[in-house]
Amino acid sequence: MAHTVAPDVNRDTYHTEQVVLGLEKRARALRRAVVTMVYNAGSGHCGGSLSAADLVAALYFHQMQIDPTRPDWPARDRFILSKGHAAPVLYAALAQRGFFAESELATLRQLDSRLQGHPDRTKTPGCDMTAGALGHGVSVGVGLALAARLDGATYRTYVMLGDGEIQAGVVWEGAMEAAKFGLDNLTAILDFNGVQLDGMVADVMPVEPVVDKWRAFGWHVLEIDGHNVRQILDALDEVPKRHARPTIIVAHTIKGKGVSYMENKHTWHGRAPTNEQYEQAMAELADPEVSRG
Amino acid sequence: MAELESVRVAYGQALAEYGAKNPNVVVLDADVSASTQSHYFASKFPGRFFNVGVAEPGMVDVAVGLALGGKVPFVNTFAFLLAFRAAEQIRTCVAYSKVGVKLAAHYGGLSDSFDGPTHHSVSDVAAMRGLPNLAVVVVADGPEARLAVPAVAEYPGPVYLRLNRNEVPVLFDERHPFQIGKGVTLRPGGDVTIVAAGVMVSRSLEAAEELRRAGIDARVLEMHTVKPLDVDLLLTAASETGCLVTAEEHSVVGGLGSAVAEALSERAPVPVVRVGLPDRFAESGPYFALLDRYGMAVADVVGAAKRAIALSGDF
Repeated sequence: MAHTVAPDVNRDTYHTEQVVLGLEKRARALRRAVVTMVYNAGSGHCGGSLSAADLVAALYFHQMQIDPTRPDWPARDRFILSKGHAAPVLYAALAQRGFFAESELATLRQLDSRLQGHPDRTKTPGCDMTAGALGHGVSVGVGLALAARLDGATYRTYVMLGDGEIQAGVVWEGAMEAAKFGLDNLTAILDFNGVQLDGMVADVMPVEPVVDKWRAFGWHVLEIDGHNVRQILDALDEVPKRHARPTIIVAHTIKGKGVSYMENKHTWHGRAPTNEQYEQAMAELADPEVSRG
Repeated sequence: MAELESVRVAYGQALAEYGAKNPNVVVLDADVSASTQSHYFASKFPGRFFNVGVAEPGMVDVAVGLALGGKVPFVNTFAFLLAFRAAEQIRTCVAYSKVGVKLAAHYGGLSDSFDGPTHHSVSDVAAMRGLPNLAVVVVADGPEARLAVPAVAEYPGPVYLRLNRNEVPVLFDERHPFQIGKGVTLRPGGDVTIVAAGVMVSRSLEAAEELRRAGIDARVLEMHTVKPLDVDLLLTAASETGCLVTAEEHSVVGGLGSAVAEALSERAPVPVVRVGLPDRFAESGPYFALLDRYGMAVADVVGAAKRAIALSGDF
């Protein structure tokens, strides 16, 4: 696939092997937490959480300026999980980053839990916006980016979209708004896994050519492998170099990434694994044995 | 006939004036700023005005983001577009998310009269009243619109502010005790209570005069806040007058009349007769003639009061 990160980024030295390996390890930890949460809850969305895990790991454990002790810190970077059904990966990241105890992940979708089936900004520490009904994130992100500009604040707003989600017309209202207002402090990330609830995106309602569409709407478009941490980091670094235009990172991903029987299966959009399936998933998501010579 | 004043111009000028006092106020419009009068704010504060074009759902979501970033956004477009086209945005991102967006819903009721039923808004209060966390305010005249702007801006939470397109009778001045959530007793009376909102307040006061001539002493309450409803004021009226009439520029299904009936039926069941648009769409025509034709004439309020009194005799 085309990899359009600008050549002026010195990617050989900028991101050390240590950073990349650390984030790959973090993404595996997020994936294990996702599968465990959905397994415990008996319902929830594995597929779209697993496809986004590398992107979320890069944002929450490298890119975003955030402070777990001050979830409402005004200068923090914002993240809107517009594809709100991937809540498990957001909750896993917030817990592992220290916004709340990891033990709380076991309460997902249960009575009295701060972890609703879809993100609720009024309940979960570190959650910047409620989401779940699809299509809202770009416009909400436009509003946040405008507020930052009005205040002269330097925080960035990140919006993660699903590929089925961009079938919603209101997404393109947001696309026009961001371009009109020249919001270079807004970054959208498309988790382009090709699969939605009812089947393949290409069959349910084709969205291609995605890159051309966003370009035509006035956005700067980067296209990457959304499971390649180095490409993710390079793309996130490249974004602030673009002025007066919003950026979208079109990240090609695999739905259910990391769990062989879930990969590319729309039937795993929203269902929980059995005991045997859970054991298999944990084995597949385990960290590789480190050889000690 | 009382002096007339344009509600929308009063609102637009008040918003621009309040914008000077509160630098956090930002204003959005969806290509109807010349109609909603948000152009007053736009020309005074161009950097704080955002026109998103014909994109009402997107506009509400942008306002949500601005509010999350610490701003006080006033969203402007026609009431039917806010309450129906952008309903899901309001439900999920404003009401459920508890984000302090101020929804200025213009051309409420039949007030965009000549444009016809596509532009009338006769079910919006019903839709918005069903959403938790969202206040619903219906102003009656220009002075009240001026009072509502700062009150809505400073109210701790989202508000649906329903406005009228036209010149309507001036009832109040700047001393009017406008407070969101508190009804106002405009006229004392012991035989029947008329609970009114919007343009029907002036018509209810006229009806009360007519009833007085017929020997009936009608109390008139202005219930500008349909939600949260001033239940205490209603309970007092129910116990003291024994029957009520509601009068609103809205379908009789789901609006102020329903809210009053719901509140009283569980605590002080007395007859409640609803005046409003019968369960139907209206048509194009001159504004006041449309109100008269479609169940919202002064005579309709008078007749409803007499019926309520007759019903209370059977209780």
